[in-house]
Amino acid sequence: MGELRLMKGNEAVAEAAVRAGCDGYFGYPITPQSEIMEYLMAVKPYETTGMVVLQAESETASINMLYGGAGTGKMVMTSSSSPGISLMQEGISYMAGAELPALIVNVVRGGPGLGTIQPSQADYFQAVKGGGHGDYKMIVLAPASVQEMADFAKLGFDLAFKYRTPVMILSDGAIGQMMEKVELFDPIPRRTDAELIAQCPWAATGKPKEREHVIITSLDLDPAGQERVNLKLQAKYRQIEKDEVRYELIGCDDAEYLFIAFGLSARICQKSMDLARAKSIKVGLLRPITLYPFPEKQVAEIAKKVKGILVVEMNAGQMIEDVRLSAGCSVKIEHYGRFGGIIPAPDEVVRALEKQIIGG
Amino acid sequence: MEEQFAKLDIRKDENIVYKRTNLLVDRPLSYCPGCGHGTVHRMLMETLEEMGIQGNTIGVSPVGCSVLAYDFLDIDMLGAAHGRAPALATAIKRMWPDHFVFTYQGDGDLAAIGTAETIHACNRGENFTMIFINNGIYGMTGGQMAPTTLPNMRSSTSPYGRDVAIMGHPLKMTELIAQLPGTYYVTRQAVHTPSHVRKTKKALRKAFENQKNNTGISFVEVVSNCNSGWKMTPVQSNKWMEENMFPFFPLGDIKVDGKLVEKKEAVAKE
Repeated sequence: MGELRLMKGNEAVAEAAVRAGCDGYFGYPITPQSEIMEYLMAVKPYETTGMVVLQAESETASINMLYGGAGTGKMVMTSSSSPGISLMQEGISYMAGAELPALIVNVVRGGPGLGTIQPSQADYFQAVKGGGHGDYKMIVLAPASVQEMADFAKLGFDLAFKYRTPVMILSDGAIGQMMEKVELFDPIPRRTDAELIAQCPWAATGKPKEREHVIITSLDLDPAGQERVNLKLQAKYRQIEKDEVRYELIGCDDAEYLFIAFGLSARICQKSMDLARAKSIKVGLLRPITLYPFPEKQVAEIAKKVKGILVVEMNAGQMIEDVRLSAGCSVKIEHYGRFGGIIPAPDEVVRALEKQIIGG
Repeated sequence: MEEQFAKLDIRKDENIVYKRTNLLVDRPLSYCPGCGHGTVHRMLMETLEEMGIQGNTIGVSPVGCSVLAYDFLDIDMLGAAHGRAPALATAIKRMWPDHFVFTYQGDGDLAAIGTAETIHACNRGENFTMIFINNGIYGMTGGQMAPTTLPNMRSSTSPYGRDVAIMGHPLKMTELIAQLPGTYYVTRQAVHTPSHVRKTKKALRKAFENQKNNTGISFVEVVSNCNSGWKMTPVQSNKWMEENMFPFFPLGDIKVDGKLVEKKEAVAKE
């Protein structure tokens, strides 16, 4: 068993990044995720593992520091919350285009604009549909616990390097701030420069005489060349969609009705399930863990078996579009959401199920 | 024919006194004939070759005319988003502290959209070399007004001349960052005559040598021409540069070994 600690989600993801062998963190303060950099500055990994921790002058600078580090094969990470993530979109697009691995943590707060500092899931579209310019995707992991904040740091780095792509942990202000028991995995040493060069022959690490110089760029002015770049990216995304779908089914074996929810909403729906089942309403939960790639087949399959689906999100209806695309018109699918920083209570979710799906 | 063969005969190794550095890729440059970029590229690569640091140098190219610099420089390079080269270089140098790292940027990139990254990288005293090509105009996008466009100077977005009352003043970024404690060596050079080229190369050498001692930012501005953007011949543009750019952007060292160079007071004519 790994080391047990009581931690905030923000602290857990920071500690896990150090343990995963992260080479560099670059960030800018914004509520509700500032504990990530505060934790790193307090534990001083630069004195233990040699990991660089740097407070940048803006989120724009953070994401471009990430681009620089990732382009040299280093394992790099940034974190922010919604408005800051909006500022990073240009850089994320460049990294997707240049095929660079990196971990980006978004501890989502309510928007639009400056919005609120309270938790929200309103950045689903931005995270899973691209966010920046051009045809690209990034793998999006949605933790529903502090434990998963830790686990997904490691998983996120693994996937980022496996596919040479930015990976986002799409969390929220509640998961980031709440404290839970976490089992931490044992620290993995940072790669040596020699190991990095062997693992990442594509990286700009300094040109030895015997190889061609490495150019890290997303630019190809020749339309035929740029189409090839795009085709290569699309082939990678098809592979990710085939191999990396992650989801969880809870109480679905006998379910007549279904909640589909991710992250904090899925935690709330678990309580709502208990309340509903106490009233003899057989409801299950499908929790997408990867929001991209979305568990399309699993949603399509289970949609055939239930009488109705309530998609519960802390937004005005975003993931429901993917649920409907996956499930088609075979079953009634409704959305229940609270937004602007309001967290739905388990009993109001049950009432929504009764009103919109069972009674409706 | 025989005359030509006779000429070839003298092309022996012992007779070669000057040749293209091996660190420049043998392909045509994308720059306009007459532009200073090619000369700076050459001085830069000669410097790296003479220092023997090709294998542990990482460069960052900008968005602008020199966006494709990585095609010509035979070293590992990253192409940055517009203005962000100093952010990339910050991370690269911090994670590869034994490598030599440089940025190569134009005036729009370094002094407009990238102002924050430039100032903060300089202020943090990052230990890399910044090369700043200032030609007072956005060259690649077609000659628009730059942060360094001179007062009354014409560009495609100031077709009647830069009216500072409306369009603001040209920015002396080099003097500005020289004030910051994180900069160690700040100089302004040119490459339009052989003697200026030699001075620029010397400045580049100093800027890279400084990285060995972890001194902070070494910043080399090169005031250059843009004959295409200025709508002049190369010769006219160099003359115009001397007469108009140099008075506003005077050449010479601004900060050496961490100390601002004191300007001698102009001696009043008696």
